[in-house]
Amino acid sequence: MAKKQEEAVFTPIGLNKSNNGKLDKAVELPDPTDTSYKDLGLTKQDLVGMFESMYLQRRFEERAMQMYQKGKFGGFLHLYIGQEAISTGSVWAFNDDDDIITAYRDHGWGLVRGVTPEAGMAELYGKTDGCSKGKGGSMHFANVKEHFWGGYGIVGGHIPLGAGIAFANKYKESGRLAACYIGDGAVHQGVLHETMNMCQLWKLPCIFVVENNGYAMGTSARRHSVGEIVDRADAYGMKKAVINGMDVFTVYEKMKKIAEEVRKDSLPWFVEIRTYRYRGHSMSDPQKYRSKEELEEYQKIDPVERMKTFILENKITSKKKIGEIEEAIENRVLEAIEFAENADAPEPEALFEDMFVEENPIFHK
Amino acid sequence: MAVLQFREAIRDAIDEEMALDENVFVMGEEVAEYNGAYKATEGLLDKYGFKRMIDTPISELGFAGIGVGAAMNGLRPVIEFMTFNFAVLAADQIINHASKVRYMLGGQVQVPVVFRGPNGSAGQLGATHSVAYDSMYAHFPGLKVIQPSEPDDAKGLLKSAIRDNNPVIFMESEQMYGLKGEVSEEEDYLIPIGKAKVKREGDDVTIVTHGKMYHVSKKAAAELEKDGVEVELIDLRTIKPLDLDTIIESVKKTNRCVVVDEAHPFGGVAAEVGYLIQREAFDYLDAPVARVTLPDVNAPFAKNLFDIWLPDAKDVIDAVNTVTYRK
Repeated sequence: MAKKQEEAVFTPIGLNKSNNGKLDKAVELPDPTDTSYKDLGLTKQDLVGMFESMYLQRRFEERAMQMYQKGKFGGFLHLYIGQEAISTGSVWAFNDDDDIITAYRDHGWGLVRGVTPEAGMAELYGKTDGCSKGKGGSMHFANVKEHFWGGYGIVGGHIPLGAGIAFANKYKESGRLAACYIGDGAVHQGVLHETMNMCQLWKLPCIFVVENNGYAMGTSARRHSVGEIVDRADAYGMKKAVINGMDVFTVYEKMKKIAEEVRKDSLPWFVEIRTYRYRGHSMSDPQKYRSKEELEEYQKIDPVERMKTFILENKITSKKKIGEIEEAIENRVLEAIEFAENADAPEPEALFEDMFVEENPIFHK
Repeated sequence: MAVLQFREAIRDAIDEEMALDENVFVMGEEVAEYNGAYKATEGLLDKYGFKRMIDTPISELGFAGIGVGAAMNGLRPVIEFMTFNFAVLAADQIINHASKVRYMLGGQVQVPVVFRGPNGSAGQLGATHSVAYDSMYAHFPGLKVIQPSEPDDAKGLLKSAIRDNNPVIFMESEQMYGLKGEVSEEEDYLIPIGKAKVKREGDDVTIVTHGKMYHVSKKAAAELEKDGVEVELIDLRTIKPLDLDTIIESVKKTNRCVVVDEAHPFGGVAAEVGYLIQREAFDYLDAPVARVTLPDVNAPFAKNLFDIWLPDAKDVIDAVNTVTYRK
């Protein structure tokens, strides 16, 4: 009797696979740093500032989510919740004029690089006072004056833009580096590989950072990637690191060291920061691809709570002070919502503005 | 006037702009040590060095994007594609990024990048090396699209393109690089983007064309002259923004028009110009606007098939005969 043939399988099977009750995490976190904040060169004030920044990103998005669910604004809304230690630790590690560019999960990056809660919320609402004048929306926060080059909507599309910004920095000897943040899904776009090759060959002062939050939309990293993401660097002889992205001290420590090296020798890095996104890919995501247990595992090591606990346990500041900060941020975010709701929508003429640099461009009719 | 080859006019334009502005640099495959696949950048490495003449790997998407990023951050890249047939690989960067970044960030950046290289067919090179992409890029808001036909236009327009603060697509032709023509020796010779040129005046019929098809049309016009038909020949030079005024003024005079376009028929320059003429000059037309284009078929290799595929002067003459009811 002929042996029954097994059905062919291509993509590795996800949650339906039997794992004998074991939690099958999408990413494995490396250990956080055990260097003290003082040895990292951080002051108590820095720690409180980092907490403030992370808490603002968190509350801004939680409130934005509520407003979105109430139907206050349309478009996409990709939340950064759970990943705030990466934006915060990185920005603290970099110089203020180092260039940052990211993908569409960009609210946190905007807030930590000078987009005010008002300008951010107004952008979500599509108002003229938005950071991109209401022309971009959730995916295109930007504050170019403060070297945040914006969020981009095509997966991997901003990778060569980041390298191009680094190219210009080297060309002009500006001393600035460019940090290009991408998601784990973008690793499989061909443009990453074209760009990494040129960056290494041309010695561009550029850091590629994969914020591996475990899922490319609904496909876990284990299901979309051969081997470890960080090892892509090996093919290009590029320096690499894997970092715990749930701990802001770790992100700060490693990114500062990497930034110093890049500035010194003008060679690129490929960094995988492992993290977790608590919310769905976007607001329409039923999240059937992951287990509740996995989500809970990560919420136990929430970066914002972790920082707060550290501050209180080490008496960096008082519980009362933390309470005041939280209240002030909560109020600021609520004010931002009020601001956005009352702000003006763009005038109809704005439809034709910002297409070209000249004042009276010709539009084909 | 100096007599220059098309490629020399291109090179001189880049050379002059590089001399004027140290932020101008050239990047592409074979542009530096090889002196350009079609020698359009010959001698520039010797003059400007490796910092400003950058050979790339065969990574159109990657280096196009690096060009866009560099432009956002204050440089003025001139990105060479060995042909626009290869630029299809870079379409995400040209179409999704170069043309949109400024708008979607509410005007926070400008993208003064030039993408240049040959466009369209160049003999029997098969289906993937023979496509004219000017109409495709002209479709997208935020891009300017130029395709000159003669060395003088090439020099003046490329200088303007490099100086433009917006992304510009600048298209040439492999088969025109050796073409000689008189080029203005005026210092800092600039031709404004968006202006067509009437290159032959005539009262009987207007031919609207650009790029390599200008030369086909010019040949047809010379034949027709022998037959007593005076063609008004308009070289668009810039596809977008399109100089509609020059076209309409001419059609109102001749009342007949043929559009000659080295593209496939669906949705190309010929289709667009035909629509615009009926909108703006319907009452002036004595015949429907005719067009001469490629067929809706890929480029064949076989010589006899290729010759049928590519429009020639006879096709143009036939179209003129149709709109003048001479056949």
